[in-house]
Amino acid sequence: MKILVPLKRVPDPDTKIRIKADGSGVDFDGVKFAVNPFDAIALEEALRIKENLGDAEIVVVSIGNDDCVEQLRNGLAMGADRAVLIKAADELDSLAIAKILAAVYKREQPSFVLMGKQAIDDDSNQAGQMLAALLGLGQATFVSKLELIENNSKARCGRETDAGIETVAVKFPAIITTDLRLNEPRYVSLPGIMKAKKKPLEEIALSDLGVSAMSRTKILALEPPPKRKAGVRVKTVDELVDKLRNEAKII
Amino acid sequence: MSKILVIAEHDAGQLKLATLSAMGFAHKVCAATGGSYAVLIVGHGIAAAAETLRSYAAGCVLVADHSALKEPLADRYAHVINDVARSQQATMVVGAASTFSKDVLPRAAALLDAGMISDVIDVNPDGNDFIFKRVMFAGNVIATVKLEGALKFLTVRSAAFMPPQKVAALSPVTSVTVDAGSLPAQIEFLGSEAKVAGRPDSTEARVVISGGRAIKNSEDFERLIGGLADVMGGAVGSSRALVDSGITPNSLQVGQTGKVVAPDLYVAVGISGAIQHMAGMKDTKVIVAINKDAEAPIFEVADYGLVGDVYQVVPELMEKLRK
Ligand SMILES: Cc1cc2nc3c(=O)[nH]c(=O)nc-3n(C[C@H](O)[C@H](O)[C@H](O)COP(=O)(O)OP(=O)(O)OC[C@H]3O[C@@H](n4cnc5c(N)ncnc54)[C@H](O)[C@@H]3O)c2cc1C
Repeated sequence: MKILVPLKRVPDPDTKIRIKADGSGVDFDGVKFAVNPFDAIALEEALRIKENLGDAEIVVVSIGNDDCVEQLRNGLAMGADRAVLIKAADELDSLAIAKILAAVYKREQPSFVLMGKQAIDDDSNQAGQMLAALLGLGQATFVSKLELIENNSKARCGRETDAGIETVAVKFPAIITTDLRLNEPRYVSLPGIMKAKKKPLEEIALSDLGVSAMSRTKILALEPPPKRKAGVRVKTVDELVDKLRNEAKII
Repeated sequence: MSKILVIAEHDAGQLKLATLSAMGFAHKVCAATGGSYAVLIVGHGIAAAAETLRSYAAGCVLVADHSALKEPLADRYAHVINDVARSQQATMVVGAASTFSKDVLPRAAALLDAGMISDVIDVNPDGNDFIFKRVMFAGNVIATVKLEGALKFLTVRSAAFMPPQKVAALSPVTSVTVDAGSLPAQIEFLGSEAKVAGRPDSTEARVVISGGRAIKNSEDFERLIGGLADVMGGAVGSSRALVDSGITPNSLQVGQTGKVVAPDLYVAVGISGAIQHMAGMKDTKVIVAINKDAEAPIFEVADYGLVGDVYQVVPELMEKLRK
């Protein structure tokens, strides 16, 4: 069994996002980067599947510039076996990413792909579904429970939908995207970091992958959301009820 | 000229109100640039929902009703949307920003080699094209974006677009032929959690009462958060902390990775106000925060903040509101 896990380099979820004064982009100066939390959950799940089965190969892949090596090494330190960096300079949108991942999929021929349901920077929540469509495979999105069934030929997945948990089964190969409650990713250990240094990390230029992946989405400007006007503190429940009734006129 | 295809959403035949906001988006685009919009509803036993859709000035209501489409499986629904978008020569395919649309629309977009923008909150014409605004980075950034291509897929935030005015002339209904044999069958439906009936959905309610880690167990959640919601005729929500600890079901989570709500009133009860939570409720008209920590970040967005213990404040509030 082979599991492909894409890892995206994103600003750490606890960082405060600042927009450059001219609105041309986010100011990443001094910002700490991390593996997208949903992707870390996907990798953790792959590692648990490997531990359960006794054997499996886990390949992590990242698309971007050399900085992504940091996140790939992190994935290797968590326990992935091999890493692939697809070198691409531009900001790519989800369809472009899905096309690149489809090419990686064809090279690697994994049993299935486990990936985050969304990246916490652009919050698009599209790439996994698009990848499934491009490859003509089944998909299970927003998965918070995963179980391999029928001799590991299928996954039974609990999906977090607006209405509650929905359960589906997908035949392998398939694309599975992870939600927060699937697991809690392990911390990277010192021996893990040492081992990661010796694990293979292959770099492939986008042009060598044979895909033309152009971003159709063009970001023209960024701005902060409108600020809410400062509120007031009320001292008592009576005062709160009075404000809601007579000032906000909401009840 | 725009030809917009709105993908309706329903819950076992019950129309989701967010669909009307997606139609409101389509209406706005057509009013500004000309063009028309159609609505597609896919499922089984959806005649009543389709009937409701006829009152909103859509050029036509397309109904793909088949037993093989009873469950909203992404492979099948995307297949149908792909067929209809082609035959309608759509220039935009639009759905409400919900887990349904997020599951199905990107898949359909890729089948049609179309780009997609999620969580659109504004649209403006720009020559023959459009400029959109969308939310990124857990609501901390609003991006102005263009999307190249003759066909665009979008999900729209329901709070950002008013439903179109109801009109007397009903839209014509066209049924979409579904060839069950050609539908993909890669995803097998096994079941879904029974919905807790009673309270409205937090995305559709005027008032949302939301509980955070201050709430110690499900009984307290029901008594305090549920109780307050019932007094105010509202819906309940919660932070991720309570969902993670099993006190509330995932369907209640408000935030970056849960539901985005924008009611008239949101009461945050014992919620600290992490950016990921605020991403889901910042566009509320009036925010009330009850928290024992006077420094909690939730107070920065609250119109009315009350520092106190929720176990004392909430029962008192319920009692006073009942009067
Ligand atoms: C990738 C990612 C996605 C996330 N998505 C979401 C999301 O969609 N939604 C979400 O909510 N979170 C999300 N989170 C989690 C988020 O960062 C916070 O951890 C979470 O919102 C905290 O929930 P809370 O406010 O209930 O708990 P806490 O932060 O623990 O706050 C509890 C609050 O209750 C107060 N309190 C405690 N006891 C009492 C009492 N008796 N009376 C009054 N006040 C009391 C405390 O002062 C404190 O302010 C996400 C995190 C990540 C990393």
